[in-house]
Amino acid sequence: MDENTKNEALEQSVESEVPHDKTVRLMSPTRMVVRRFFRSKLSVVGLIMVVGLFIFSFLGPVIYTQWGEIQLDESGKTEYSVSETTYTVNGEEYTLRQTTEKYLKDNFLAPPSAEHILGTDNEGYDVFVRLMYGGRISLIVSFIAVFLITILGVIMGGIAGYFGGAIDNVIMRLCDVLICLPGIPILLIISTILDASGIDAKYRIYLLMIYLTFISWPGTARLVRGQILSLREQEYMIAAEAMGFSTSRKIFKHLVPNVMPQLIVQMSLSLGSMILYEATLSYLNLGVKAPYAAWGTMINIISTNQDVLQNHLNVWVPAGICIVIAVLGFNFIGDGLRDALDPKARR
Amino acid sequence: MAEEKITEQFDTEAILEVRNLRKCFPLKKTLTGKVTQELVAVDNVSFKLKRGETLGIVGESGCGKTTLGRTILKLHQSNGGQIIFDGQDITDLKSSQMRDIRKKMQIIFQDPYSSLPPRSTVGGILSEPVEVHKIVPKSEIKSYVLDLMEKCGLRDYYYERYPHEFSGGQRQRICIARALSVNPELVICDEPVSALDVSIQAQIINLLKELQQKLNLTYVFISHDLSVVKFISDKIGVMYLGSMVEFGSKEDIFSNPLHPYTQALFSAIPQPDPDIKMNRIILSGDIPSPANPPKGCRFHTRCPKATDKCKEVTPEYKDYGNGHCAACHLLG
Repeated sequence: MDENTKNEALEQSVESEVPHDKTVRLMSPTRMVVRRFFRSKLSVVGLIMVVGLFIFSFLGPVIYTQWGEIQLDESGKTEYSVSETTYTVNGEEYTLRQTTEKYLKDNFLAPPSAEHILGTDNEGYDVFVRLMYGGRISLIVSFIAVFLITILGVIMGGIAGYFGGAIDNVIMRLCDVLICLPGIPILLIISTILDASGIDAKYRIYLLMIYLTFISWPGTARLVRGQILSLREQEYMIAAEAMGFSTSRKIFKHLVPNVMPQLIVQMSLSLGSMILYEATLSYLNLGVKAPYAAWGTMINIISTNQDVLQNHLNVWVPAGICIVIAVLGFNFIGDGLRDALDPKARR
Repeated sequence: MAEEKITEQFDTEAILEVRNLRKCFPLKKTLTGKVTQELVAVDNVSFKLKRGETLGIVGESGCGKTTLGRTILKLHQSNGGQIIFDGQDITDLKSSQMRDIRKKMQIIFQDPYSSLPPRSTVGGILSEPVEVHKIVPKSEIKSYVLDLMEKCGLRDYYYERYPHEFSGGQRQRICIARALSVNPELVICDEPVSALDVSIQAQIINLLKELQQKLNLTYVFISHDLSVVKFISDKIGVMYLGSMVEFGSKEDIFSNPLHPYTQALFSAIPQPDPDIKMNRIILSGDIPSPANPPKGCRFHTRCPKATDKCKEVTPEYKDYGNGHCAACHLLG
């Protein structure tokens, strides 16, 4: 009763202030979401991080063309090794100091300088440039994977949720089976098969991502199915049925738009996890292979080279930072969107 | 020839005729999908409704009023009986065949909060059915919708607004406008005012009455509020546990209720005068579970006048003159 009178009062006040103003328009849900998203500092930080990484990875190599991804610095490097030998001749001690000058073709493990902003790695590739190319791979691959996962998940989940019954049962049992499969061991097998089949190192990561899509879509499908199951019983869906709308209109104009909020959140969160997945694969030498760069591959150097781990932080720490920034950024955006899209938040 | 027969068979004066309608919901199924136990939500309901009339359906909650309304609209598939709409038997039509008939029969829901899609504007909600059913040419949709909004007491600048910005009464007006957007002949009002407070109830009821006169609509008005039903209806059907126990014109039913349940129900209408002593007939016990209805007359467990016959034999639903029907052994 109280609320109703309040509502009426509100209505009257709106009407008395602007009696016949047709331009009066309260915010649309989408605009409200955008405003709420930008009000949260953390999500803005996440957005800046992700946009920054995109600019760095995609525009960077266009602007900074000094070095290429697989271009060795062949300026040469002279390595000096000093050896000391002590002799004792007739009670007197002699020290023989011998310096060996070794001329090497590649300028590897160079410290940061104007020539190489972050130095070079153990092969003589420019770390800074490889960081950009590695970012390209990581971002492209994770976007493709998430895109495929979402499409497959929406279609399968939508069918399962809307039609129910036997179709629902079949799809959901398929999901259960896929969720049970252990991801990494199968990945190892596939990777070995790919090695044996001699597929170009450039493309194998995409094939692996298709596999990842195949084992990851059940999560999205379950989310979409659950949402559609609850939305299907809403009265406005019954009203749509009573209006005689076609099935495709009901699914794509009435159900899917209402699943979008959860879907967007799910997508942005799984972008982060896909980047991690890609980095893990490359680190385990299953994903992008040398000489091509990926953040995981760049960190992988330390697994075979103790010297780099201890003395050349410039080679592998930046890649780690990039992974952290990307994952954090996507998670911040996801969290921000989740809060912004929450219909119960009334501000 | 066949078509002529149909017109002979069905009363053309009646816009809606329901014959022995039955709707069950499965409760338990075996693994092979065979139904072992079911809930009979609507059982053996028959009535005829003329064009332009209002049928009020009353009964306590859980007696199958809403299910009856939705089964008539074929939102639930019936399990027996016939629904004849506008001289056409629609009982077994497929959903693709129903699409054209849908625009002639519409529904207004009880809850104006969940029956509007939250992500479209009022304009979008109202113009979508107009567009789908091609009620007016595309270029005239907006003016048609604005005209409709005015009829339903909505201001034209609401067009761009979203449902969550409105109060319950305004939302119910939007629901009414949506139902009327396709020019229906029959509107099923499923407790359209029970979620609203009293002053708004009156506005909405008056709006419905006004629109009925303007557009020559036929209503099936489902409610548990007897005073509302008395105000709006021409005919009244009283339901108890899925079946129609009494049906007749408003005057007959209010002045001369035949069935003991109707008598008890009407004795419960509050009188706005403290000096009038109310002779309330208090029914004992709860409404029995529709999954396991009592044998014989379904009302005998609570009927103050029940006899042994009532416990064994299901009473026949008979006409006691002037279209006033009831199902009770006591009437002879």
